[in-house]
Amino acid sequence: MPEPTLNSYLVLSAVLFAIGTAGVFLRRNLITILLSIEIMLNAVNLTFVAVDRFLGTVDGQIIVFFVMTVAAAEAAVGLAIIIALFRHRETLNPDAFTALKW
Amino acid sequence: MFWIFAAVTVIASLLVIGQRNPMYSVLLLIVSFGALSGLYVLLDAPFIAAIQIIIYAGAIMVLFLFVVMLLNVPTEDPPTGYHARLLGGAGPRRFGAVLSAVLIGQLAWAFYYGLRPSPLPHAAGQHATTVFEIGMKLYKDYTFAFEATSVLILVSMVGAIVLARKESR
Repeated sequence: MPEPTLNSYLVLSAVLFAIGTAGVFLRRNLITILLSIEIMLNAVNLTFVAVDRFLGTVDGQIIVFFVMTVAAAEAAVGLAIIIALFRHRETLNPDAFTALKW
Repeated sequence: MFWIFAAVTVIASLLVIGQRNPMYSVLLLIVSFGALSGLYVLLDAPFIAAIQIIIYAGAIMVLFLFVVMLLNVPTEDPPTGYHARLLGGAGPRRFGAVLSAVLIGQLAWAFYYGLRPSPLPHAAGQHATTVFEIGMKLYKDYTFAFEATSVLILVSMVGAIVLARKESR
């Protein structure tokens, strides 16, 4: 196995990001869609830390810290919205929530 | 080590997407985050690895698990109704899968060939970032962002409570 370079980390995070995107496209369950968004956030975090290591700085790790905080806030609000929606329609299928769609 | 962790992360994430039961998805995502924190250790960022486990796998995923159990929706609904026939059918879903594959291809190409091969500057574990460095930077250069984050957390906490509350009228 070759020694991992910066490129291998970046390609790994690209693959993870695309998996997250595919999840948002393909799943019909609001909880799984939120989980896919978490995968995408983690892919970006990996990029920050890898480039940080490459450049020898700390700033990327601090941004990762903030991304995690924002992800926690987003998960809390998103799950609250999901609970409210579930009370309305008794389903988690995003196709059921089309009242605002033209 | 990198290849093991990378394989575990990618396979677990793919399974997260492949599951119909959100319960398994959440548990597999915890596996994926564990492997990612291993990658952070390899990248000399032990603090990030620790908070990845504590905050992501510990706090956020428990929140997800709690909601999955609270709502008790075991599996995804099959596509029904007008909208499903229009958009949820096999064709558009296949189109989404193709778009994601194209995204993988483009990003991988850009990162692998668009960038010169860049070996990491020194071997793993030689200059691990200490919490001291992160703390100095966080409280000196990023003070405003730190305080703004606290306001954000307060707002999201109040928002979550207001949204999830039962209306008593």
